[in-house]
Amino acid sequence: MLEIKNLQAGIEDKPILKGIDLSVNAGEVHAIMGPNGSGKSTLASVLAGRDGYDVTGGEVLLQDDDLLDLAPEERAREGVFLAFQYPVEIPGVNSAYFLRSAVNEIRKHRGEEELDAMNFLKAVKAKMKELGLSEDFLKRPVNAGFSGGEKKRNEILQMAMLNPKLAVLDETDSGLDIDALRIVADGVNRLKGLDNAQVVITHYQRLLDYIVPDFVHVLYDGRIIKSGDKTLAHELEEKGYDWLIRDAA
Amino acid sequence: MSAHTDTIDEFVASEYKYGFVTDIESESLDPGLNEDVVRFISAKKNEPEWLLEWRLKALRHFEKMENPTWPHVKYPPVDFQEISYYSAPKKKGDGPKSLDEVDPKLLETYEKLGVPLHERARLAGVAVDAVFDSESIGTTFKEDLAKAGVIFCSISEAVQEHPELVKKYIGKVVPYTDNFYAALNSAVFSDGSFVYIPKGTRCPMELSTYFRINAANTGQFERTLIVAEESSHVSYLEGCTAPMRDENQLHAAVVELVALDNAEIKYSTVQNWYPGDEEGRGGIYNFVTKRGICKTNAKISWTQVETGSAITWKYPSVILQGDNSIGEFYSVALTNKAQQADTGTKMVHIGKNTRSTIVSKGISAGKGQNSYRGLVQVGKKATNARNFSQCDSLLIGDKCGAHTFPYIEAKNPSASIEHEATTSKIGEDQIFYCNQRGLEPQDAVNMIVNGFCKEVFRELPMEFAVEAQKLLDVSLEGSVG
Repeated sequence: MLEIKNLQAGIEDKPILKGIDLSVNAGEVHAIMGPNGSGKSTLASVLAGRDGYDVTGGEVLLQDDDLLDLAPEERAREGVFLAFQYPVEIPGVNSAYFLRSAVNEIRKHRGEEELDAMNFLKAVKAKMKELGLSEDFLKRPVNAGFSGGEKKRNEILQMAMLNPKLAVLDETDSGLDIDALRIVADGVNRLKGLDNAQVVITHYQRLLDYIVPDFVHVLYDGRIIKSGDKTLAHELEEKGYDWLIRDAA
Repeated sequence: MSAHTDTIDEFVASEYKYGFVTDIESESLDPGLNEDVVRFISAKKNEPEWLLEWRLKALRHFEKMENPTWPHVKYPPVDFQEISYYSAPKKKGDGPKSLDEVDPKLLETYEKLGVPLHERARLAGVAVDAVFDSESIGTTFKEDLAKAGVIFCSISEAVQEHPELVKKYIGKVVPYTDNFYAALNSAVFSDGSFVYIPKGTRCPMELSTYFRINAANTGQFERTLIVAEESSHVSYLEGCTAPMRDENQLHAAVVELVALDNAEIKYSTVQNWYPGDEEGRGGIYNFVTKRGICKTNAKISWTQVETGSAITWKYPSVILQGDNSIGEFYSVALTNKAQQADTGTKMVHIGKNTRSTIVSKGISAGKGQNSYRGLVQVGKKATNARNFSQCDSLLIGDKCGAHTFPYIEAKNPSASIEHEATTSKIGEDQIFYCNQRGLEPQDAVNMIVNGFCKEVFRELPMEFAVEAQKLLDVSLEGSVG
C-alpha cells in the first residue's frame, strides 16, 4: 500500500527527516511514536504534501504511484487522508457543504456519480449515528468555534465519509478526554479494512489501548530507530525513550 | 518561497466576461461641459422649465466646487471637458413604443448579459428597467405593476408622466449642493429609474435596473428616485456592466430613497463595472452618492456587492429622521488587480429609538486597495439610538491593502454604539486543509471568501444571492493556478 524509501526532508535548509524507511501493507495499522521534535508531524505533512517542506531525497509510493509528484488535492483524491493535529477553522463555510464538496471531488476522481444534497445528508447522518456524533455539527461552520474535542471528532467524521486508502492521524489523541478518545478510536477501528491502511502518530501509549496497532515504530532524530509489535508501545510507556536513544547513539 | 505563495501571487488574470461592445449607431454629444450641454440634454428629454433651471443651478454650483481629495484612492485628475455627457442608441422615427419595437441588437445585448427583456424569457417575478448609456430602452412588467398602483419607469418618463412626484422629491435627500459629483450629476443626469409605491402596497415583484455603459468616452450619470409611501414595501436591485476599454470612464450616480412612515425599502446592488487591467489601465470610475431618508418606523436596507470598477467611492447612507426607524448597510467590496475602493456608509440618527446595523466585508487581492469609511452620527434628540458596526477585511496575497476609517459622533448620552473590526489573511493553512480534502486551490479560495461574505449574501434577494456568489468566484478567477 505505502512504501517509504530513504525519505529525507526538511524546512528551508534544516534537515528533519534523515532517511525514513517504512512499508505499510493493506489491512495494517502502524503506530509511530517518539519524543517531541523527532519528526513525527513532519512525516505526516510530507505525506500529505504540505507547503514549505522540501523533500531532498528518497521516494514515497502509494500503490506504486509516486506520491511526491502529486499536488496535495491529487493525493487526497488518490486516497490519502490526513487527520490534522490542529484542524483549521473556516468561518462562514457550512460543514455539510464543505464535506459534500470534498466527498464529491473524490467520487468524481473515482468515476463515481456525485451525491446530491439529499443523498449526501442521508449518508452523512447514518455515519454520524454510527460514530455517536451530534447532527448539529453539520449546520455549523467548519471547525469554527469548535472545542478541541469537537474538532478531532469532525476529522474522524470526514475520514469516515471520505473512506481513504491511507489514513494518517497526526496526534489526533492529544487533548482529548476519555470519551472523545473512544469516539476517535472507534472511528479508526470502523474504517479498518483489508483494502486500506492506517498510520497513527501519537505521543502516548494511551490511544493504543483503543486502536491496537500491528506495528509500532519509534522515530527519533528523523530516523526510525526501533520497530516492533504492540508490546513495544507498552515497553515505551514503562521505560520511556531514553534506553532506545542510548542504543541508537 | 512556497508554491502557495506563488499561486496566490498569480491572483490576477481573471476574465471580465461582460467586456464586449455592442455595435450600434449612437447619437452622442461632443465632449465638453457647459450650459449648452445641459440645455441640450434637458431639451432632448423635453423637460419642464423648472427642471432645466434646477440643472443649471447645479451646473453653476458645480463650477465653483473642487474635486474632493479625501478618499483613499489615487488617480489622475478627470478632465470634465473630455467627457461626452450624452449618448443614446439612435432612434428610428418616434422611437419604440414598446419593447417589441426595440432594436434587436439592444435586446441581444441584454440577453448576453443574462437579463432577457422580451416576453418569452423574462425573469419570472422580476421587473427590469434597462438603461443603455444615457437612455432607458424599456421596462418590463409595467402593466402588471400598474395594476397594483406601482409606478416603475425611467426617470425621463417619470418627468413626463408624473412631474408632480418627481418635483416633490428629486434633490430632497441629496441636494445638488451635497458634493462635487452630486452637483455634476444634477446638472447632466440622463437616465435612471423611478419607483413609486402607493400607500399600504407591497410591491408584487422584485424591481431591478440594469445599467450598461457601451459608448466610448461617455460618462453615465444615473439618477434614481424611489418613493415608498406610508406602510408600503419594495425590494429593488441594480446591476451594472461595461465593455473593456483602455480609457477610464466615469459613472457618477445619485440615488435617493424616501421611506415614509412604516415603509420599507430594500435596495441591493451588484456592481460589476469593468475593473480595468492588472496595470490599472481602463476601468470605470464609480463615484456615487446614495442616500435614503426614513420617517417614523420606516426601514431602509442597503446591500451591495461591489466587484467591479477601477475606482469606487460610494457611501450608501440612511438618515434616520423618524422615531423607531431602522437603517442597515451590508457590503461586500472586492478589489483585485489594481482596483481601489473607498466605500462604507453614513448612519445619521436623528429620531428616538433609531437603530442601525453596518456589516462590511472587504476583500483585497492582487494590488487591490480596499478602504472602509463609515460615519455613525447620533444627534442630541436621538434618545436610545443604537448602532452595531462590524468591519471585516480579508487579504489575499501580500501586495494588497485594507484600511478602516470609522467615525463616530454621539451627542446623546443614551446612545449605544458598538464597533467590531477584524483583519485576516486567507491562511495557507486553510487552503491546505481544503486541498487535503480533495478541493482545488481555486475552489478553496472561493469557498473561504464566500464563507467570509455569508452574512451579506443572505441579505440579497434569493435570485441574486446565487448570482453574487458566482460573480465573486469569477472575480477571483486566476487567483491560484
